[in-house]
Amino acid sequence: MKRIDISPLVLQVLRRHLIIFSRNWKVNITFNFFEPLLYIAALGLGLGAYVQPMEGLPYLNYLAPGLVASSAMFATSYECTYGTFVRMEFQKTFQAMVATPVSMDDVITAEMLYGAFKSVLYGSVILLVILALGLVSSPWALLVPPVLAVAGLLFAELSMLWTGLVPNIDNFNYFFSLIMTPLFLFSGIFFPLSGLPRLVRDVAWFSPLYHVVNLVRGLVLGRVGPGLGWDFVWLLALTVLLFPPPIHLMRRLVIK
Amino acid sequence: MINFATNAQRKSGENVSETDIVLAENLTKEYNGKKAVKGIDFRIRARECFGFLGPNGAGKTTTVNMISCFSPVTAGRLTVLGMDVQKHPREIKSRLGVVPQDNNLDPDLQVLQNLLVYASYFRIPPPLARERAVELLDFFDLSDRAREKVDRLSGGMKRRLTIARALINNPDLVILDEPTTGLDPQARHLVWQRLRRLKERGVTLLLTTHYLEEAGQLCDRLVIMDRGEILEEGEPGALVTKHIGREVVEAVPAGGNPSDGRERTGGPEARSASTPDRSGTADGRAEGGPEGEGKDALLARVGHLLRGHLTVGDNLFLFPRESGQELLRALQTLPVPFSHLLLRPATLEDVFLKLTGRGLNT
Repeated sequence: MKRIDISPLVLQVLRRHLIIFSRNWKVNITFNFFEPLLYIAALGLGLGAYVQPMEGLPYLNYLAPGLVASSAMFATSYECTYGTFVRMEFQKTFQAMVATPVSMDDVITAEMLYGAFKSVLYGSVILLVILALGLVSSPWALLVPPVLAVAGLLFAELSMLWTGLVPNIDNFNYFFSLIMTPLFLFSGIFFPLSGLPRLVRDVAWFSPLYHVVNLVRGLVLGRVGPGLGWDFVWLLALTVLLFPPPIHLMRRLVIK
Repeated sequence: MINFATNAQRKSGENVSETDIVLAENLTKEYNGKKAVKGIDFRIRARECFGFLGPNGAGKTTTVNMISCFSPVTAGRLTVLGMDVQKHPREIKSRLGVVPQDNNLDPDLQVLQNLLVYASYFRIPPPLARERAVELLDFFDLSDRAREKVDRLSGGMKRRLTIARALINNPDLVILDEPTTGLDPQARHLVWQRLRRLKERGVTLLLTTHYLEEAGQLCDRLVIMDRGEILEEGEPGALVTKHIGREVVEAVPAGGNPSDGRERTGGPEARSASTPDRSGTADGRAEGGPEGEGKDALLARVGHLLRGHLTVGDNLFLFPRESGQELLRALQTLPVPFSHLLLRPATLEDVFLKLTGRGLNT
């Protein structure tokens, strides 16, 4: 396997993505805005009225920080599956880029960084919304964007792994229904995992989103302890570990 | 006025090895165990236009993909601008301009932005990039489209923009993969005109094509490729002279088709170069005898006037030894009717047919 070859040109490719994003960010932001707001309204306010406090919190306050984490995850996952695939397969953007000094590894790295950027952006927007709703109770929340940056890169790697393994636009549905939706439902966003059977809890420990939710909720509520440190270490370790595989997989798809 | 003096020229004299812009030795490419390029050798010299001529699937694109450091080389040696493609892809790519077979312009960006963003991949400082981009748009008659979305451009304009993009870094070698495939004749001529102007300014060009006219109009030297191998190499005119001669007479002896009212149309009109003529001299024998036998008999009768011939389907290509007119007259006096008889200049297609037994566009 050829070793990974990344240069500062990654930033030029990332700049290209940001130029295009800056053109249509309003549409993009509105879309991603809408869904978490629906959850806050329907579940937080609607269902929340009938639900007992969770971990000593009104349901709305419990739910809101988790939606910051899931918004980040979904924004990145869409970008690094559908977005990447369209650029690679339909627009042939990658082929154009690698005809310049840019390497294929630069291109894929920039794709993942762009994915991570979306996590930070969309997660932070929802954070601002829940701040405006009075659901943020600690200045520790300032650390949420850096956490989202690491989490975003990890989500980008996972999505890119799928894109590299199953490069077919129809199969991205499976990714969302078989992987993303279960993560969304069983990572402690809607209810604490402590009430679930031991086995489910053990499995949930492997969910990256579970650790992101822990971190974001802890920071937003100011419940900071060594446990959060371990969540972050877990995320960081997996992010470092999962960086090379998608690069090798994607390289194989384009370079023949 | 654009400065098209390339790095290679600026350095000329300093680095002698760079007179060979590309050097390939026993170059081989395999995809999943199947050989797409089978150990070919060629060299491309500075300031020439070098062509790869061949049908689809000949291995042309595979070869240029290796030169542009896109596809890894399976075996053999490939040096571009004096550097090994395996070891220095970034350095090589910074001095190439690549025009791929399919336009891969950035559809999310406007025309001018396409050039500016592409320039950033070469680390060209933005002010210089803008200056060059404006000049290139002007050179390719696209100045009034600078702010347009790429989707709004016609096929010919997209092609010109793709070529403009390939020139943004003042490349030492421009690689054009089927530059005019899919364009209408007018757009094609416009592209050719611009490529000739680049050539006059000393830019080394490498192009692949399956259009003979393109190869003939632009290439100083070319190789004819088929099934991953190089069959011949040389100047277009010299190749035609060597294999075919100056002229070709196409003849199709009339098969059994009695209802189409065969007329005698001999005489001078039969020599007109573009209309397929029906010229018979002996009406009664039109349906007589099996076709193959007719051909052999025919060849036997005019064999002394030929330096060679080729049979493609029921079409007979005759290569006159001396004069095409003389051969044509001889054929017209034969007691054999022809459904098609045509004297025309010999082309690269005849060379290709002779070398492969197949046409280029089949």
